[in-house]
Amino acid sequence: MSAELEPQTFRITRADLIRYAGASGDFNTIHWSDRIATGVGLPGVIAHGMFTMALVGRAVTTWAGAADAVVEFSVRFSRPVPVPDTDEGTEVVVSASVKEVTDEGHTRLSLTATCNGDKVLSMAQALIRKR
Amino acid sequence: MPLDQSFVGRSWPPTEPYLVGREKIREFARAIGATDAEYHDPEAARALGYADVVAPPTFPVAITMPASREVVADPALGVDYSRVVHGDQRFVYTRPVVAGDALVCVNTVEEILTRGGHEFLTTRTDVTTEAGEPVVTVWSKLVVRGED
Repeated sequence: MSAELEPQTFRITRADLIRYAGASGDFNTIHWSDRIATGVGLPGVIAHGMFTMALVGRAVTTWAGAADAVVEFSVRFSRPVPVPDTDEGTEVVVSASVKEVTDEGHTRLSLTATCNGDKVLSMAQALIRKR
Repeated sequence: MPLDQSFVGRSWPPTEPYLVGREKIREFARAIGATDAEYHDPEAARALGYADVVAPPTFPVAITMPASREVVADPALGVDYSRVVHGDQRFVYTRPVVAGDALVCVNTVEEILTRGGHEFLTTRTDVTTEAGEPVVTVWSKLVVRGED
């Protein structure tokens, strides 16, 4: 694994949020109603934090090469991901760098996710099993 | 009203087993755009050493979020859910979840903090098989925003 991993870009539309709500069981109204989202001071409907984390998880499993290679995975949601009601929606770019190789031989990745150039996660990292 | 500090350290009895269905894993994988065969095709999953289709890493929240409602929604704790945002999320895996698992959750309140007018509630959910074999431990930190 090289020090910097190839960034991966994910498009998010309103349809994705509806599908994720159904699949995850998280029907919080701020993820589908502009009226309610703006009413609580948000710019509009925002993505589920766990949807953003799931996309980062896809990037991590792709880099790691296996679904069961992830030993630990953690994020802090530092900024919302607004998803406009357009065909294009928005984009999240996920990048990673190798932070360390642990004594057990696991690789710790430091993860970054940005939307419109802003970091939407902080303290995001994954520990990948030695293969 | 501040959260009730006496909840810190408290654990709840194990939940009823959650039966992990193959179609639920497929539905979740489709929703996050995970198209690799091990999430959808049992034969492909078995060829990679899994008992059945394997769940993506964040799938456990579909089990732990409803399970932790018994804590978060307890009126005695005092969470105003309309002011809640998701702060942190962490998973530590013993093994991945696969279709056919019957999983039990034990919720614990690990920490309640007040900082900058906001309150922070950290719950830990230990997810095990019915026999008590560990599968994944899930931490969620919820932020209850203070009154503006």
